[in-house]
Amino acid sequence: MDESMIVGKNHLRVDAWEKVTGNAKFTNDYTAPGLLFARLVTSPFAHAKIKSIDTSLALKLPGTKAVLTGQHFPFLTGSLLKDRPVLAVEKVRYHGEPVAVVVAKSDHEAKLAAEAIQVEYEPLPVVNTVLDALAEGAPLIHENLGMYKVVKPAAPEPNTNIAHRQKIRKGNMEKGWANSEVVVEASFSYPKSDHAAMETRCIRAQISAGGNVTIYSASQSPFVIKKLISRYFNVDAGKITVHTPFVGGSFGGKAAVCLEFIAYMASKAVNGKEVKLVISREQDMLSAPCHIGLEAKVKLGCTKDGLIQAAELSYWFDGGAYADQGLAIARAGAVDCTGPYHIENVWCDSLCVYTNRPYATSFRGFGHSELMFAIERAIDMMAKKLNIDPLVLRQKNAIRAGNTTPTQVVLTRSNIGSLIKCLSRLKEIINWDEGARIEIDENKVRAKGIGCLWKAPTSAPNATSGAVLSFNNDGSVNLSIGAVELGQGTKTVLAQIVAERLKMDMSKVHVTMEVDTRTNPEHWKTVASTATFMVGNAALEAVKDVIAQLRQVGSVALRCSPEQLEVGYEKVYLKHNPNIFIEIKDMAAGFMFPNGNAVGGQLIGRGNFIMQHLSHLDPTTGRGVPGPTWTVGAQAIEIELDKRDFTYKILRAASVIDAGKVINYKTAESVTMGGMCMGLSIASQEGFQFDSNGLVQNPNFRSYKLMRLTDIPEYIVEFVETPQIDGPYGARGLGEHGVIGIPGALANSLSIAVGGELNRLPLTPENIWKQVRGDSK
Amino acid sequence: MISFDFDYYQPCSIAEAVSLYHQLLAAGKLPIYYAGGTEIISMARMNQLFTKAVIDIKTIPECNVLHVEGSKLVIGSAVTLTQIEESNLFPLLSEVSKRTADRTSRNKMTIGGNISGKLMYRETVLPFLLADSQLVIAGNNGFKTVSIHEAFNERLHLQSGEILVQLITEQSYSTLPFKTVKKTKQSAIDYPLLTLAALKKDGQIRAAFSGVCRFPFRLTEIEKEISQNQMVVDERIDRALKLFPAPILDDIQGSKEYREFVLRNTLVEIIEWLEGVS
Amino acid sequence: MPEKKMYNLYVNDEEASVVARPSDTLLHVLRDQLGLTGAKPGCENGDCDACTVLVDGKPIKSCLMLAIEAEGKHVKTIEGLKNTRIQKAFVENWAIQCGYCTPGFIMNGFALLNQHSNPDSETINDWLSGNLCRCMGYAEIKAAIKSVMTSDHADKSS
Ligand SMILES: Cc1cc2nc3c(=O)[nH]c(=O)nc-3n(C[C@H](O)[C@H](O)[C@H](O)COP(=O)(O)OP(=O)(O)OC[C@H]3O[C@@H](n4cnc5c(N)ncnc54)[C@H](O)[C@@H]3O)c2cc1C
Ligand code: FES
Ligand code: FES
Repeated sequence: MDESMIVGKNHLRVDAWEKVTGNAKFTNDYTAPGLLFARLVTSPFAHAKIKSIDTSLALKLPGTKAVLTGQHFPFLTGSLLKDRPVLAVEKVRYHGEPVAVVVAKSDHEAKLAAEAIQVEYEPLPVVNTVLDALAEGAPLIHENLGMYKVVKPAAPEPNTNIAHRQKIRKGNMEKGWANSEVVVEASFSYPKSDHAAMETRCIRAQISAGGNVTIYSASQSPFVIKKLISRYFNVDAGKITVHTPFVGGSFGGKAAVCLEFIAYMASKAVNGKEVKLVISREQDMLSAPCHIGLEAKVKLGCTKDGLIQAAELSYWFDGGAYADQGLAIARAGAVDCTGPYHIENVWCDSLCVYTNRPYATSFRGFGHSELMFAIERAIDMMAKKLNIDPLVLRQKNAIRAGNTTPTQVVLTRSNIGSLIKCLSRLKEIINWDEGARIEIDENKVRAKGIGCLWKAPTSAPNATSGAVLSFNNDGSVNLSIGAVELGQGTKTVLAQIVAERLKMDMSKVHVTMEVDTRTNPEHWKTVASTATFMVGNAALEAVKDVIAQLRQVGSVALRCSPEQLEVGYEKVYLKHNPNIFIEIKDMAAGFMFPNGNAVGGQLIGRGNFIMQHLSHLDPTTGRGVPGPTWTVGAQAIEIELDKRDFTYKILRAASVIDAGKVINYKTAESVTMGGMCMGLSIASQEGFQFDSNGLVQNPNFRSYKLMRLTDIPEYIVEFVETPQIDGPYGARGLGEHGVIGIPGALANSLSIAVGGELNRLPLTPENIWKQVRGDSK
Repeated sequence: MISFDFDYYQPCSIAEAVSLYHQLLAAGKLPIYYAGGTEIISMARMNQLFTKAVIDIKTIPECNVLHVEGSKLVIGSAVTLTQIEESNLFPLLSEVSKRTADRTSRNKMTIGGNISGKLMYRETVLPFLLADSQLVIAGNNGFKTVSIHEAFNERLHLQSGEILVQLITEQSYSTLPFKTVKKTKQSAIDYPLLTLAALKKDGQIRAAFSGVCRFPFRLTEIEKEISQNQMVVDERIDRALKLFPAPILDDIQGSKEYREFVLRNTLVEIIEWLEGVS
Repeated sequence: MPEKKMYNLYVNDEEASVVARPSDTLLHVLRDQLGLTGAKPGCENGDCDACTVLVDGKPIKSCLMLAIEAEGKHVKTIEGLKNTRIQKAFVENWAIQCGYCTPGFIMNGFALLNQHSNPDSETINDWLSGNLCRCMGYAEIKAAIKSVMTSDHADKSS
């Protein structure tokens, strides 16, 4: 078996059979006699005073066990800015905000009880858009913003609707504008939408007589749940166990911890009995946090031959009613505000703005598909103005080793990879040279548009991961990790990394599927495409640790020095004579000599990883190191448009991404295509539609449409491999990236097709029609 | 999860169904007929509908026929849209049906349910309006056969306890040239931005509309205008638009202005196509 | 207390007695009473097909069917498929990510291939037009279906 027997190969998913047989259990797939059920009561208003809550009717129903309202939760929550009550107190701030929770003997009785709760509201003026929120004299959504607890780097601005402002001040703007011969300025709009994971959120909670808390949650952050339950409810962290079975998609939406608090309190209210909180699709879309929206203003300055000199960027992220991760997204948006282009002079204000809309949390790409939409459109507008090929303009300005990012990190080949290579390859595979716009007949036109991507994972500076290896008596190995399988294939890829380093067959590596915070080592949270990087490195450490132990014990057994030994093929053997060996299965629980003497004991390998050299950003300039690395790539969309009514077909979608090292092409391709499909879906048809009172008009899949199998283009996915030296086998994060450049690429292709500037999503035929006609809204 | 409880009945004959209905009504059970149940279940889940008794008509033989009798095509009201498509006895109806919802839904949705439903589109009624079909309706006084134009005006008008049993259509309509266009906001599987079904009979164009106004309709006055082939198409459409029976919809599927834009384009497409065939 | 009734269903070739309200959907009864949790609630509104099961061989959204309506009919859920070609094809074509939509796709695909051994692209699109998947770009799913097609026939074994 040679190096790279397993890494780089298309191994089948380790969870596949469980999933095609219906055996894979998700959080909501569990029921048991005695299990109690909880249901939410939510707000029908976007902004209203709660005048009274009458629970008496609900409490009279025979199945009702408990009813909780905001008064039972005398504290505010939030990751960096504590602004959110668990259940609304005094007023509601968005359509769908949880106001009460009922616990009953059956799900049916819980629904009846929830329907029996009467809440009297007094409507308040609604702040319906980011622009309304920033307007002079806008109603305040959080009157007490100045009094909320904040954690660095949150910087809310009291007496406004601004939850956070992240500044980037790089270079010298005056100089930048002076050097600019051509300037492009435009506004862009990316609507608030939903994660729409197929599994709605679900939680079970239980408190034992001894005070042990057990939570099952469809979550990306089981370890964060443990910390927060401990913090808010004053429970010893050691008494809390969080389990996460298979998760039915999440895309960032299940990283937020919110319903877990309700489920915990619901259980507490019924003497610790196990309670399951299930929410409907409508509540999943409205009440639980959603995908952030963005209003952007971009001003780019460029020399005549196409070198960008200055960028002035205003990003107003629509965080909705509460800051949650919206604040960190505004920060991440600032960090990568220019897109993957080298620009010396940058001014950016990236804001997280409160509105009376469902609140936002992390979403695949963490603000990047949003800002890249604005940037990529602006780049195409610039290319048009300069009369330069848009692909060439991107090549000229592509960021590379030696350049600095907006936060002034000096880039290396290892941490930035090669956008240039991605662009050149993209150019070939989409046959760019045939022309971006081709008339088919009098009604039909074909057009191609490009969108680049980049993203650094902005984790906590001290984010950490662990891995533990143990052995079975058949010599196979168990890999215990805290990363959650959300569908991205993380368990398969991590098993491959271990199998490769141990030179062991994939069938001999058993990964823990469910996460159990008591037995699995911590993984920060399964977000930001960091699981392969962080857990992969921890797993390699664990393998190193086991190999050292195997050599040590092997040297005793084989009477040689540890350095003379090699590990692989389920054996420890002499490098110079592989015929002299011991099988790992004979060492898994200690090695026994023929005479009964034993050495070694159980083999247990441990490894860990912590982010290194990250730093906080300077609040006035943004200077600092936000993440360990970037992933870059270039994407393209080809469409065919009917000029009569602006309907269009998406013909082809291409991505070339610098993956560092592709560990499993099939899972990498699948996750990239999934991202591309999601990007197309968002850009072509998604987005909440609000009425003038801030009420969501499309809170289910009947009216909120997603891409279907019938709508898909031909996909082309390729990878460039510029190793990230500190990544496992050189691999970079990949999970989110497929989505990032797509909205820009789609908008560029359609703009080229109609010969106009389509700067507002979603690009439904009606919205294209309106923008071509020059309607402002 | 439906919050309220109801009783479920499965009568084997029309007579049994109707008498059951009246008994349950008298007992204060607010009975409703239940066919595919797709609309009933979705509305009940959201408390947009209430009943204490559903009467499933799917096992009634008359409601399940799908065949040609002499010169007439007879379709039972409980026949599913998929069955209609697969039989393809009325190609225009198959086409309209295929664009309604998704296939898995159509395996359950019935033609009678779609036409009798609360939802404003009732897309599959359009071919029957164009073909001057007859409806067989059963009630307390037995069966009656009426013209669709009599019973269907904006929606199907049934007396309390009446069941739509069958739809009868002259076979000759199955061979006429037709065109149907469904436009949606974006996704192919969606409610209509508008659906137009049209056919040509004796040189005249017949057209019926869903999703344009708050109910589906066919108006001979509109057909007269669009069939005036001595006039340029745009002018015919201008004149036709003045005759629409209600304001053009303005909702989340599309604004009034955009609907009108698409409506014009679609009418042009349909008129030109139908005038091109002999 | 809600008025529950006892009745028999025939699920995956076995008789099963259930006690449920007449207004309970088949989806709920399969999951909560029979422990057949392969059919998934994705919307409970007929919009996603994650809950698809076969009723007398036809794919039906179990969230839009009353359990009592299924009395006397043959219901087949994903748990009733054993080692079929289509399941294998989903595994071998990486047609799975989170797996939540998977049972629904497989049930629709299985029924499709039983009815049409060689469906064209339009027929595949039509039969799978109700299924939503949020993780994938659907290409792998189409490839899985097609791979079964080119091998001679869908497995009819249960
Ligand atoms: C996913 C999805 C997408 C959809 N998309 C569309 C669409 O694009 N276009 C569209 O037009 N519709 C659409 N619908 C709605 C659909 O039209 C209705 O749900 C369906 O047609 C109702 O048929 P059913 O047989 O299930 O009726 P049921 O739900 O059984 O009944 C509907 C109503 O009709 C009455 N009724 C039924 N049969 C009879 C009868 N024989 N005599 C008297 N009264 C009767 C019932 O009492 C009830 O009031 C969609 C539905 C779903 C689930
Ligand atoms: S749960 Fe039945 S279609 Fe979505
Ligand atoms: S694999 Fe996750 S929804 Fe399809």
